[in-house]
Amino acid sequence: MISTQIQTAAYLFAGILFILSLGGLSSQESAKRGVYYGIIGMFIAIVSTILGKDVNGHIYIVVAIAIASVIGIVVARKVQMTAMPQLVAILHSFVGLAAVLVGFGSYMDPHTLALSDSERTIHLVEVFIGVFIGAITFTGSIVAWGKLDGKIRSKPLLYPGRHIVNIILVIISIILGVLFTMAPGTDGMLYLYIMTAIAAFIGVMLVMAIGGADMPVVVSMLNSYSGWAAAAAGFMLGNDLLIITGALVGSSGAILSIIMCEAMNRSFLSVIFGGFGDAPVATSEEIEGEVTSTTHEEVAEMLKEAENIVIVPGYGMAVAKAQYPIHDLVENLQKEGKKVTFGIHPVAGRLPGHMNVLLAEANVSYDIVLEMDEVNEFMDDVDVVMVIGANDIVNPGALTDPSSPIYGMPVIEVWRAKKVIVMKRSMATGYAGVQNPLFFKENTDMLYGDAKDSVNKLLSEM
Amino acid sequence: MKVGIPKELSKQELRVGGTPKTVQRLIKQGFEVLVQSGAGSKANFSDEEYKNAGATIIDTMKELYKQSDIVFKVQPPTGEEVEMMHKGLVTLSYLWPAQNPELLEKLKNKGVNAIAMDAIPRISRAQKMDVLSSMANIAGYRSVIEGANYFGRFLNGQITAAGKVPPAKVLVIGAGVAGLAAIGTAKSLGAIVYAFDTRKEVAEQIESMGGKFLTVDIEEDGATSSGYSKVMSKEFIEAEMALFKKMAGEVDIIITTAQIPGREAPKLILEDHVAEMKPGSVIVDLAASTGGNCVLTKNNEVYTTENGVTIVGKLDQLPTQASELYGNNLCHLLDDMGKAENFNIDMEDDIVSRAMVTYDGKINWPPKPLPVSPKKKVEESKVEIEDPEVTKAEAAKKKAKSTAISLVVIGLFLFLLGKVAPTDFMGHFSVFVLAVFVGWQVIWNVTHALHTPLMSVTNAISGIIIIGGLLQVQNDFSNPMTIIAFFAILVASINIVGGFFVTHRMLKMFKK
Repeated sequence: MISTQIQTAAYLFAGILFILSLGGLSSQESAKRGVYYGIIGMFIAIVSTILGKDVNGHIYIVVAIAIASVIGIVVARKVQMTAMPQLVAILHSFVGLAAVLVGFGSYMDPHTLALSDSERTIHLVEVFIGVFIGAITFTGSIVAWGKLDGKIRSKPLLYPGRHIVNIILVIISIILGVLFTMAPGTDGMLYLYIMTAIAAFIGVMLVMAIGGADMPVVVSMLNSYSGWAAAAAGFMLGNDLLIITGALVGSSGAILSIIMCEAMNRSFLSVIFGGFGDAPVATSEEIEGEVTSTTHEEVAEMLKEAENIVIVPGYGMAVAKAQYPIHDLVENLQKEGKKVTFGIHPVAGRLPGHMNVLLAEANVSYDIVLEMDEVNEFMDDVDVVMVIGANDIVNPGALTDPSSPIYGMPVIEVWRAKKVIVMKRSMATGYAGVQNPLFFKENTDMLYGDAKDSVNKLLSEM
Repeated sequence: MKVGIPKELSKQELRVGGTPKTVQRLIKQGFEVLVQSGAGSKANFSDEEYKNAGATIIDTMKELYKQSDIVFKVQPPTGEEVEMMHKGLVTLSYLWPAQNPELLEKLKNKGVNAIAMDAIPRISRAQKMDVLSSMANIAGYRSVIEGANYFGRFLNGQITAAGKVPPAKVLVIGAGVAGLAAIGTAKSLGAIVYAFDTRKEVAEQIESMGGKFLTVDIEEDGATSSGYSKVMSKEFIEAEMALFKKMAGEVDIIITTAQIPGREAPKLILEDHVAEMKPGSVIVDLAASTGGNCVLTKNNEVYTTENGVTIVGKLDQLPTQASELYGNNLCHLLDDMGKAENFNIDMEDDIVSRAMVTYDGKINWPPKPLPVSPKKKVEESKVEIEDPEVTKAEAAKKKAKSTAISLVVIGLFLFLLGKVAPTDFMGHFSVFVLAVFVGWQVIWNVTHALHTPLMSVTNAISGIIIIGGLLQVQNDFSNPMTIIAFFAILVASINIVGGFFVTHRMLKMFKK
């Protein structure tokens, strides 16, 4: 048994460790230390809670944690790096589910009944909001997981009047909330059930309406929601550590969403309330020039002669798992004294920072993995750019064609290099459904085929 | 389908219709390739190399023609060659159909389907098959090398211990493919390059190659829909001549590339221009074979005038390189016609219908005109350009205003909240707001490369919600609260363990 004061001190310490843990991610060197801070913080938080005087049923706690640890370790060990987005999404759903469960539990808690009137009202509002956010996070994340895993079609599901339906549902939830806070004892349970169902439905529809390449935004948004859900749980329990942690996670997710939206030049609301393609795409400027294709031998020749090479990977690299042969290719090129760097667009892939993790997995040194602005700076001096499975993020139309739906989105300006090789499976357009004038440029050659095969062939040519 | 590559009969022709690389490409396209023994010897390709590339070597030309379905040639076939051809044979070569009506007649009578590579229309889609462009590129390059060879000084400026050398000045007349190649080559050797063309639209291309665009003060654009320049008005020509005369005294090397298809080359450099030039200067005339742009040019000869100007009327073809590109152009055409498997002569096709000058026993010349490079719609951009300074100041003002408004709103909200909420809540709320601010500051510092680990670690720490479950568990498992709390602990712990573990696993991979 420890006193409440000591418990509070332990929580404060845990909170500080969590902040340091996130702060550690500002660089690769300090990041590993950051994870340990997080683990220690979590350990202190859990132990000091269990040792507190209000805790009962220790045996159930130990059993639950033991089962969960096994599941957690197995999943985390087995997951492939290309499947990280799915894992992150499903973990979000767990937080949402836990928030819902904690909300229900808190409502049933006998302590709640003992509260004075105004305290009780505030508490019930907290419960209600916590469950609402938790339920949206829960179902939304499950749908996001399904979409990322290819179990659900990634095309946005849009039905007419969906905004109105959503607004009506929110209004109904608010009415239910009022009834809920007024109901005596645990009589409000029915309202809570109905609201949970509605929130779950909103969560599903919200993510169903969002298409494949907007996924980074959705996942960040759900990340943010899971934080707010935890913060709401903190309010219901009057627990500052939960509030601090929830607020940290919530603002972290919000910042990621903002970064992703800026990288696509879209407002947050437009991503949440419907993808591209619901407005008919205006016929963009006619593209002049023609598409020329090339062969593996020619590309290998080009690489042999090039001094300064930039590789721009996209989701296609993840799909084809081409990062391993790419690493070998890079190593070969580096051995010959060439300068090779990677240019990563903030929204490449399906998760913020996804490409960095895949390249790290394949042992590519993070020193040569640069951000968009960094590669754009020296693009004019680059001899060969290899675009691997990316499309919209290298579309010059985003800068030059005001009628393009992606106009204004910052892109990697590969066309300024002397030669661009685009590795692609076919001439299909990217996620935004916009034709890419890059492919028609004179200094661009297409190399069709699966990215992994192509890179392997290049390797054997060299 | 068999593609044959015969030896060129003309003594001056050093190129060959296809190289060993061409052979490899053709085999990839599904063709069988026959090569006449010795076909590539003048372009430095041995029979051995062809054989290694997968071709079958055939001893005599007669046999080669007999077996082939398609023939890759450079020069127009002679009467002797036409005799060896069979009905239905597809030939790819230069033909100059406008100048060679008798040859077309002969080919037609033989039933040969002859494609004139020089008649490939100059449209974007056909660029990769345009032999005139690829040969012009070589000629442009070579013209500078040739000019530099006869020029007695460096092309680039140098400051040496022995003294300062000024860079040479090169004037390129005509900025077609050859002209642009010449500009680029001369520039890369360090010369100062001037270029003249009657078409205003090429100014940008000239500058992109590093040349300075010269122009006269008369408003007239020489561009036509065929891609070649038209004949200009008298005033224009006079102004042009005056310009050339002025430039002739200044520059060291003049390279002329002006040619009009099917006509004698325009006379641009007159005797008095040459007289203006400094001794030791060079004129390289790429139009020598069609009469020369310079009146003093002698075809296939290099000589020096009395005032010491060397005039080059003969150019090495770089046969190895030229054959390579020529073969590639031809392969691209076959690619377009469906490769071996679906080989098909489509007389509806823009390219084939114009280049196929004899088909199915009929002469198909001259073809319908086809406009190229449609004028770009020059649309005035409607975006009003605002003074950036003004907008910046305005934006700053606006921002200050909206910040002020939102601060007032937040203040009011907090005041109302403080009025109704219990003390406890206000305490938690303060913690919440401050934590949001801390989070905001900390997260902006996270490097982009670590966004995925950031998400998984926030996943792990948001598992802190486990505390809710821990506080709710009761001693008795039949109590629904215990069951609910049990599951809350379970899922939250998966998050904690899984999240930290996978983050650690990921971060371990980030190596320098």
